[in-house]
Amino acid sequence: MAKPTTPRPSRATAKAAAPAAGADHNRPRPQTPTDYKASKDELLEFYRQMVLIRRFEEKAGQLYGLGLIGGFCHLYIGQEAVAVGIQSALKPGKDSVITGYRDHGHMLAYGIDPNVIMAELTGREAGISRGKGGSMHMFSVEHKFFGGHGIVGAQVSLGAGLGFAHKYNGDGGVCVAYFGDGAANQGQVYESFNMAELWKLPIIFVIENNQYAMGTSVNRSSAEDQLYRRGESFRIPGLQVNGMDVLAVRGATEEALKWVQEGNGPILLEMKTYRYRGHSMSDPAKYRSREEVQAMRDKSDPIEGVKKYLIEAGVSEDDIKVIDQDIRKTVAEAADFAETSPEPELSELYTDVLVEQY
Amino acid sequence: MGIVIKMPALSPTMEEGTLAKWLVKEGDEVKSGDILAEIETDKATMEFEAVDEGKIGKIMIAEGTEGVKVGTVIAEMAGEGGEEAAPAPKAEAPKAEAASAPKKAESGTSKLASDVKASVQDPAIPEGTEFVKTTVREALRDAMAEEMRKDERVFVMGEEVAEYQGAYKVTQGLLDEFGDKRVIDTPITEYGFAGIGTGAAMGGLRPIVEFMTFNFAMQAIDHIINSAAKTNYMSGGQMRCPIVFRGPNGAASRVGAQHSQNYGPWYAAVPGLIVIAPYDAADAKGLLKAAIRSTDPVVFLENELLYGRSFDVPKLDDYVLPIGKARIMRAGKDVTLVSYSIGVGLALEAAETLAGEGIDAEVIDLRTLRPLDTATVLESLKKTNRLVVVEEGWPTCSIASEIAAVVMEQGFDDLDAPVLRVTNEDVPLPYAANLEKAALIDASRVVAAAKKVCYK
Repeated sequence: MAKPTTPRPSRATAKAAAPAAGADHNRPRPQTPTDYKASKDELLEFYRQMVLIRRFEEKAGQLYGLGLIGGFCHLYIGQEAVAVGIQSALKPGKDSVITGYRDHGHMLAYGIDPNVIMAELTGREAGISRGKGGSMHMFSVEHKFFGGHGIVGAQVSLGAGLGFAHKYNGDGGVCVAYFGDGAANQGQVYESFNMAELWKLPIIFVIENNQYAMGTSVNRSSAEDQLYRRGESFRIPGLQVNGMDVLAVRGATEEALKWVQEGNGPILLEMKTYRYRGHSMSDPAKYRSREEVQAMRDKSDPIEGVKKYLIEAGVSEDDIKVIDQDIRKTVAEAADFAETSPEPELSELYTDVLVEQY
Repeated sequence: MGIVIKMPALSPTMEEGTLAKWLVKEGDEVKSGDILAEIETDKATMEFEAVDEGKIGKIMIAEGTEGVKVGTVIAEMAGEGGEEAAPAPKAEAPKAEAASAPKKAESGTSKLASDVKASVQDPAIPEGTEFVKTTVREALRDAMAEEMRKDERVFVMGEEVAEYQGAYKVTQGLLDEFGDKRVIDTPITEYGFAGIGTGAAMGGLRPIVEFMTFNFAMQAIDHIINSAAKTNYMSGGQMRCPIVFRGPNGAASRVGAQHSQNYGPWYAAVPGLIVIAPYDAADAKGLLKAAIRSTDPVVFLENELLYGRSFDVPKLDDYVLPIGKARIMRAGKDVTLVSYSIGVGLALEAAETLAGEGIDAEVIDLRTLRPLDTATVLESLKKTNRLVVVEEGWPTCSIASEIAAVVMEQGFDDLDAPVLRVTNEDVPLPYAANLEKAALIDASRVVAAAKKVCYK
């Protein structure tokens, strides 16, 4: 489990809040989730996807360092279990996903071609947004992956809109809207919570609590630092989940999907996770100690966690190494593709501003 | 083959830095994530992590070296267990074919002008078509109802649009006909429901989001601009956002500064948006229907003071007008009066007065503010050689400023007098009746400006 947040000292206000919660005692709530029982094949797939994200992001960091990737570049290293655990439970083409600017991992977890993602990072014509979006603005309507949004918190309202569309169309789909602990303090998140519950929209709100909003820790920015409680005043139940363990993530997602699909309206999952790298590539990360980061890598690394499960399931080190080598090859090819693809034609400057001609 | 470690760029602007400290030495085994070195930039000291596993071979740049250029090889690393390492990336980005240089637009506005399809005309109204006196309010409602009957994906959401029948009664009767699935009362939460509407459009629906007034859309402007307008471009044409944001805009009557503002110039400044501001009932109907059908996001600016006015609307099954096409409301040869929304009424009134004084004014209703139909304006100028822009809004960075600039750039030789702007005073709108009246445009100011450019 990720570094626990400091428990708050009990205060008069906290005590006063207790009876109100008790009065609501009979409200139905989701069951406490249990870890997902993954088959060996599923575990192998989790491992493959998580290693793909890790290696892809390392390569992206490397290309950034070489000046091949510009602007902002937010890496997902450390948080792999969240996207992989959640998206493995979704039905591609039916359920929809939307996230913020730290989006590479979610796209890879949805099986989107690493080549076109990397080519977008390098700003090339073959990029998924034809080089016009960049790291923070990538979309795949085909996969029902709706971005990739650069404005902190915007994806929460937009996600509620996607949930609205699922309900309106009666297509049985569920939207997953990811946002960070930083976005959890944006006003529109709560405007969206209100309407999502009022209209019983099929949506799972996922807070990826990596504990730092840029350089500001959750404790320094949040009056209620137990973020899974943030939906309570809208009657949205919340679950706190170990976001460093893919099976815990998947298990909680199964429970959340059940809750939403039964027509109970939205649910909030707080994924306690950790990013190893800075907020973006240009963050010197002076707000936390190197020991803190290293301790997380040593004790809670999500990939090492799956590796352990694999070995318990009888998978040999050699078999794991084959996957590792395979992924390295995939990522090297993606980097090569992204470097050798041409930049967009200059005429692309004027295309796609509007769809229609007037 | 080994991996070369190069001086990294740790920020978008970094060109060189100081290799402050090595944290590894030659022969050390490192794994991904280990800190290799500390590098000082002009902004901060950054830790430089290993991305590959392996053994540090040779260190080429000693610690303490200043001014190390980004991309300089600072060390070599041997790959793990003889594993073939990825070749070091080539730092030079291949350039797109030079031959494909775009036609350079002379300026942003001329590019906008060329976006307009020249051939588009209003639909012909057949001989003998009945015209029905209709208020702007009813015309807008009819447009929504007709499109909702045609397309299941169309729905309307906003504050008081359903049970209350609309704060200004524009959505009257829609709840009864279409039910609460498609006519949705929202809480007072503009930022939130603008986002939900925009998300629903991304998800394939065709939302009409009503703002009680556009003044309140200030709370939602992020979704209109950052989420709706830019999506198609940022996604390389992959993700659509067909949504209509509509509601009253501009000064109402005695409601003070926060409720009286014309956002036309604000939204018209944004690439990716369509901005429409109709004057009469027929245009309100025909253009709102076009807006709902458009695949692009549309900001549809109505005017509270016009809602109750009646105009002739042709009784046709499907009256849809072209977006981006101005309309000549009154032909004339001496001076061109260009306006939109409520200003058109004042320009027409001024033209009547001018006619009595021997000045024959042509009145143009822009109807769409983005894309702007500059061709119609320039064509009129060729005939009259004099132009006045009439705008119920502030003068600075206004549609009037834009028209003046376009005319100067593209119609300079046709001008016999400077372009004049008749706009509201450059102040927040006051409450006191006399001050409010003094701040807003009226027909007499238009008449005075027209006479001035005619040197009469």
